[in-house]
Amino acid sequence: MTSPLDPIAPSPVVSAREVRKRFGPTEVLKGITLEVTEGEVLCILGPSGSGKSTFLRCINHLEKIDGGSLEVNGEFVGYARHRGALRELREREIARNRVGIGMVFQRFNLFPHLTVMDNIIEAPIHVLHQPPKQAQAHARTLLAAVGLADRENAYPSELSGGQQQRVAISRALAMRPQLMLFDEPTSALDPELVGEVLSVMRRLAEEGMTMICVTHEIAFAREVADRVIFMDEGVVVEVGTAHDVIDHPQNERTQLFLARVH
Amino acid sequence: MTLSPQIEGSYTTEQVIPLRHYGRWISAVLLLLALAAGIWSVVHNSGFGWSVVGSYLTTSSVLSGLGVTMELTVVAMAIGIVGGIVLAVMRLSPNPIVGGSAWSFVWFFRGTPVLLQILFWYYIAALYPTLSIGIPFGPTFFHANANTLITKFVAGSLALGLNEAAYMSEIVRAGILSVDSGQHEAAHALGLTRAKTMRRIVLPQAMRIIIPPTGNEIISMLKTTALVSVIALSELLGAVQQIYARNYQTIPLLIVAAIWYLTVTSVLYVVQFFIERHFSRGQRATARGLGHFFQSFAIRPRGSTRTRAL
Ligand SMILES: Nc1ncnc2c1ncn2[C@@H]1O[C@H](COP(=O)(O)OP(=O)(O)O)[C@@H](O)[C@H]1O
Ligand SMILES: [Mg+2]
Repeated sequence: MTSPLDPIAPSPVVSAREVRKRFGPTEVLKGITLEVTEGEVLCILGPSGSGKSTFLRCINHLEKIDGGSLEVNGEFVGYARHRGALRELREREIARNRVGIGMVFQRFNLFPHLTVMDNIIEAPIHVLHQPPKQAQAHARTLLAAVGLADRENAYPSELSGGQQQRVAISRALAMRPQLMLFDEPTSALDPELVGEVLSVMRRLAEEGMTMICVTHEIAFAREVADRVIFMDEGVVVEVGTAHDVIDHPQNERTQLFLARVH
Repeated sequence: MTLSPQIEGSYTTEQVIPLRHYGRWISAVLLLLALAAGIWSVVHNSGFGWSVVGSYLTTSSVLSGLGVTMELTVVAMAIGIVGGIVLAVMRLSPNPIVGGSAWSFVWFFRGTPVLLQILFWYYIAALYPTLSIGIPFGPTFFHANANTLITKFVAGSLALGLNEAAYMSEIVRAGILSVDSGQHEAAHALGLTRAKTMRRIVLPQAMRIIIPPTGNEIISMLKTTALVSVIALSELLGAVQQIYARNYQTIPLLIVAAIWYLTVTSVLYVVQFFIERHFSRGQRATARGLGHFFQSFAIRPRGSTRTRAL
């Protein structure tokens, strides 16, 4: 493991220390500590309700953490260092920080009133203020890369789940993020459509994208992940290489979970 | 043996006899008879004074009344829609003061009769003889005599518009709440601010829910404008009332007003159909309403075995 103080170590993209989050009386994240370095692919496994989605949502400040610290690209999520203290960011500043973080959801969340092309260029034009021509050209490159060059004028409702998720990935990539978060990107798909989404993610990993993937696709995690963590009830139960965590789990809870999903 | 010979593309070669709806035929004939009798009596009863109707339909005072009715409708609905969106967004604000103010506004304007509000705005000129715009307890930038500022038309459109804003805010709020929370999340995750998310992602989708009841509100407003005759503003109904007060041709002149209300309402139906179709982009089911209405008259070949959901 590399230390954050080591000058030649790759810089951490995400650095979480003792992150806590509660909803009312229930503590959903009970002190999550982990680091993701540049170019690393981290897969998060864990049973439903263990806090995986909540942790991803904290990383891009869709949820506010209640304790600990969370840094992305060396900046505190939601705060700025200000004369030795932390200043809470304004809404606009939070929005700007989210630009560097792409997010892909279980249920795609494409904008149904916009065509594929308009879904992709919405944020580049209205957040990054790119000229429409440039945004469209970039969008076409991205669509071609995910095999949807001919569907730019389709509405999301005219696409299969697998196609919608590939558009959603292109939409996130259009912002040229340094980090991609995937929250069970294939869980809402029919089994025969899972492969096309995973192959796009695999290629993204090969190109060196820093990725955090919550997934139940054990085979994918084993093949692509540099590191796998197993989460349960708001804590990281086990961390290691895919080989360690998936094939030789030490913790009983991990063993039980893997026995069920294998 | 086929179990479901009606299904399209089935492999039966047997003759299929479609279900005959005898009850529908009988009720249709009875209704047509009643309608014919009604029309015959209306046309032949001299009390309806069709020649009078014809001669007043396009007189200048009726047309100018119609103009006032339409202007009031447009101005009041503009205030109502803009105000309704602002109030709805305020209601959903995390700031309790902002949300509470919007709630109070809605509570007041939905809780009092619109007739009272019309009179209130008309007489408020007496309550505040001068109106000033400036910083409270500070300098004044604008100063006017309320009696001249609040004309009858302004009083009428303010009253109808603010009252409408209270109702529209509930319609807009329902529309906003109907949009899946994943849409807000996806937009925020892309770096869109709350305001841009609302304007570019949420409201366009909410429109599908907002448009049909808004159509009702416009049609209802067209008729509610008749209430401003209490402050002697002569819109369509007021204009015909003034005429029949002189010539006692009450029924024919009420028919004149009815014809105009129906004409404008019919135009609004058509406009609503096209607006609904526009905002249902990307939706599998296309606009219902008028399209459905027209479609129900479509002639289907007899003996056709196509099944189709109506
Ligand atoms: N907005 C919320 N309000 C209240 N409870 C929530 C909210 N979001 C998640 N939870 C709860 O937090 C726990 C963890 O949820 P989640 O992070 O979605 O788990 P996972 O993604 O691992 O299935 C669950 O018990 C869930 O009910
Ligand atoms: Mg989840």
